[in-house]
Amino acid sequence: MDIPYTVDTRPDTGLYNAKAGIWLFLASEVMLFGALFSAYILLRVGAPEGLWPLGWLNVPLGTINTLVLITSSITTVMAWAALKVNQFDRFKLFHGITLLCALIFVGIKSFEYYDKFTHYEVTLKDGRIADGHLKEATDTHVTISGRFVEEREELYDLHKHKAHGHETITIAREDIEKLSNYGPRHNTYMAIYFTLTGLHALHVIGGAIVIGYLWGPGSRLWRKDPERFTNRIEISGLFWHFVDLVWIFLFPILYLL
Amino acid sequence: MQATTHAIPHTGVHEAHHSDAGFWRTYIFSTDHKVIGIQYGLTSLTFLLIGFCLMLVMRWQIAHPGEPVPVIGGLLEAVLGDVAAKGVMSNELYNSFGAMHGTIMIFLGVVPLAFAAFGNYVVPLMIGAPDMAFPRINMASYHVFVLGGLVMLVSFFIPGGAAQAGWTSYSPLATSIATDGQTFWLIGMVLLITSSLLGAVNFIATIIQLRAPGMTWMRLPFFVWAQFVTAFLLLLAFPPLEAAGIMQLMDKVAGTSFFLPTGLAIGGDLANVSGGGSPLLWQHLFWFLGHPEVYVLILPAMGIVAEVISNNTRKPIWGYKSLVYSALAIGFLSFIVWAHHMYLTGMGTKVATFFQTTTMIISIPSVIILTCMFISLWGGSIRFNTPMLFVLAFLPMFGIGGLTGLPLGFSYSDIHLHDTYYVIAHFHYIVAPGTIFALFAGIYYWFPKMTGRKMNEFWGRVHFWLSFIFMNLVFQPMFAQGMSGMLRRMADGGAMYSATANARAGAGVIGGLTDYIMSLHTYILWAAVGLALAQIPFIVNLFWSLRNGPKVKSDNPWRSTTLEWQTPTPPPHGNFAEPPRVYRGPYEYSVPGHPTDYTPQNVPEK
Repeated sequence: MDIPYTVDTRPDTGLYNAKAGIWLFLASEVMLFGALFSAYILLRVGAPEGLWPLGWLNVPLGTINTLVLITSSITTVMAWAALKVNQFDRFKLFHGITLLCALIFVGIKSFEYYDKFTHYEVTLKDGRIADGHLKEATDTHVTISGRFVEEREELYDLHKHKAHGHETITIAREDIEKLSNYGPRHNTYMAIYFTLTGLHALHVIGGAIVIGYLWGPGSRLWRKDPERFTNRIEISGLFWHFVDLVWIFLFPILYLL
Repeated sequence: MQATTHAIPHTGVHEAHHSDAGFWRTYIFSTDHKVIGIQYGLTSLTFLLIGFCLMLVMRWQIAHPGEPVPVIGGLLEAVLGDVAAKGVMSNELYNSFGAMHGTIMIFLGVVPLAFAAFGNYVVPLMIGAPDMAFPRINMASYHVFVLGGLVMLVSFFIPGGAAQAGWTSYSPLATSIATDGQTFWLIGMVLLITSSLLGAVNFIATIIQLRAPGMTWMRLPFFVWAQFVTAFLLLLAFPPLEAAGIMQLMDKVAGTSFFLPTGLAIGGDLANVSGGGSPLLWQHLFWFLGHPEVYVLILPAMGIVAEVISNNTRKPIWGYKSLVYSALAIGFLSFIVWAHHMYLTGMGTKVATFFQTTTMIISIPSVIILTCMFISLWGGSIRFNTPMLFVLAFLPMFGIGGLTGLPLGFSYSDIHLHDTYYVIAHFHYIVAPGTIFALFAGIYYWFPKMTGRKMNEFWGRVHFWLSFIFMNLVFQPMFAQGMSGMLRRMADGGAMYSATANARAGAGVIGGLTDYIMSLHTYILWAAVGLALAQIPFIVNLFWSLRNGPKVKSDNPWRSTTLEWQTPTPPPHGNFAEPPRVYRGPYEYSVPGHPTDYTPQNVPEK
């Protein structure tokens, strides 16, 4: 028993099965990310005046990541086009670059995450707030490299209150009221930032595994059934474009706005 | 086309090979849509029974608060521990049974049975396809479903017990109850949503891509249309709940505050959270799924009803096109009615007005569908067999359920009825004597195709009449209770607010739930027990008929027109003996001038 249209297109719909499937899957992905984007909007609109963080993320790094993903989108199309004109070596090259881009993206993202998890806001018992990256933490004291601020608002709008210079601050444990890093629990901005980019990163990693498989062991199918293999590259490419597109929305709303 | 014609001649051979594939490949890791359909069917029927048993225990607690549960009280204590000390249901246990009853019935019972089981078994046959478009994804969908179900079941036995915040899991309540049951619930839901996503993609792709030659859109049986729209609802409405589930999981596990407002106090102390979240956001995302979900529950049932009615009245279904367009309209409108569940959240009267308008509009296509079904009966020579009895009961029962929904759809009358037993009675009339009756009809109707034997007709009728009577005895009194102001989700069944309790409290407290309203609990309890007993003939019949039911004399015992009956019985791997070609619409019954009173879709024009 063979299922029809696994490789050929059905004349009246113009699709082969997997293509219909991936578009439907992407429609549901749109709803998944759409719900999270709506959550972002609602949380941001509901935040008290002046308490929505601005400029907390590293724009140059975000820009590099955006360019990396756009490049990977181009190479994934080039890889597919190479198969269409029967140039398997060119496919290997371009899809290799796609895979590399995916890894660079995840690498940069991990560095950004690490930066947030080592970034601490320390509320002192005398009401002052120290903010900076953790250098050392012992039973008796905590050392951070950062600055003191008078008002919490100063930490929120970093466009207005740019941090100038870092000093090494050592605080005794008994002077600390509250110590919290810029992890998901820090505030709703960090929560939605980690949730959105984390879910997106999972998509990147999932896509990279598929692309890696099709680049490596999966590419043996090319010799047996080139048309089917080309279709697989097209399907994984469609998914990859979607992952890029999500980032194209994530970058401005989290980094720029 | 080439693929089909090239493939089918081999099916007979394939079938022989397939049965040799061994137990695991044939029954557990099967990629055959029919086996997966039956797997889904048996699993979801089991879950329906579990969900029903939870409710039986709860009904005891409601009627006799604080008294040990008879018969199984000791077992509850032995298995669940302190929450059922001395066999008495604690409030926590009541809450978790309530939450899990809803969750199990909807996500593990009715939806998998209506959509995944019947859809899997029947849809590819009806459209003349050899299998689903993605058989392995189909298998994965079932396995993820089972995993989700197991996570839900396991949560009963962890310290603190299962989720307690209702099937709706409203935050901040859901996040602040000190049990990991909610975490299990969320992980279970994410798995179930993944499963239904895989299923929905597969169904839609199958219906779009694998229709047999000649099976144009307007020749699809209504059941296929209903499943098609249902699949779209699952595809597009579930992901927002998945997003919400992920966020609540973050709240629960990573300490975020998506749904926790600033200044939240739990047990009198300020919660150690950053705040800034929005409890309303959860409700919006939940009901964005929650309402389309209602139509996920009802559309496949309507599809079954259409098939059984036309077959047993020996007439084309009346208004086929109206049915199709109504189903599509319902599908579209169901995405813009969700906030009628939230009139009392203070989201504003203008928003409420919008949603009450769309809610009234969506009742129109539902009424069109029901009316078409009723008119289809007119002038037919009706065969009153078991499936038809269930379907005939479906029509008024769904009517009651639908019409009692209107007062809930209006924001002003909802103020009185919101969160009372009236709501429970309303949606149970839709789902229990509505959808579940249609599902029973489907089981009795397609059983001969699945097994080659009919189910016992006498015990089928016993099952029907007893279920029909007890079903109404269970749910009808709840309308009265709800209108008297009895709230749902009360572990003591409202005893605290009864007139008796108020009189005891002394001067100044007047009114309360009257003794009569309170006494209805006892009737409902025994009606529910009766309903449980009424299912025994069904369960026995289902398994007994596998071996001992009367053998069908042809592949098409009901003399039906649709393609699923034009296959060998039971259909082999690959389904059709030769690739079907479709020449006519789905309901050519009693066409004047034709030799028989039914003309199957694959019979060529003369």
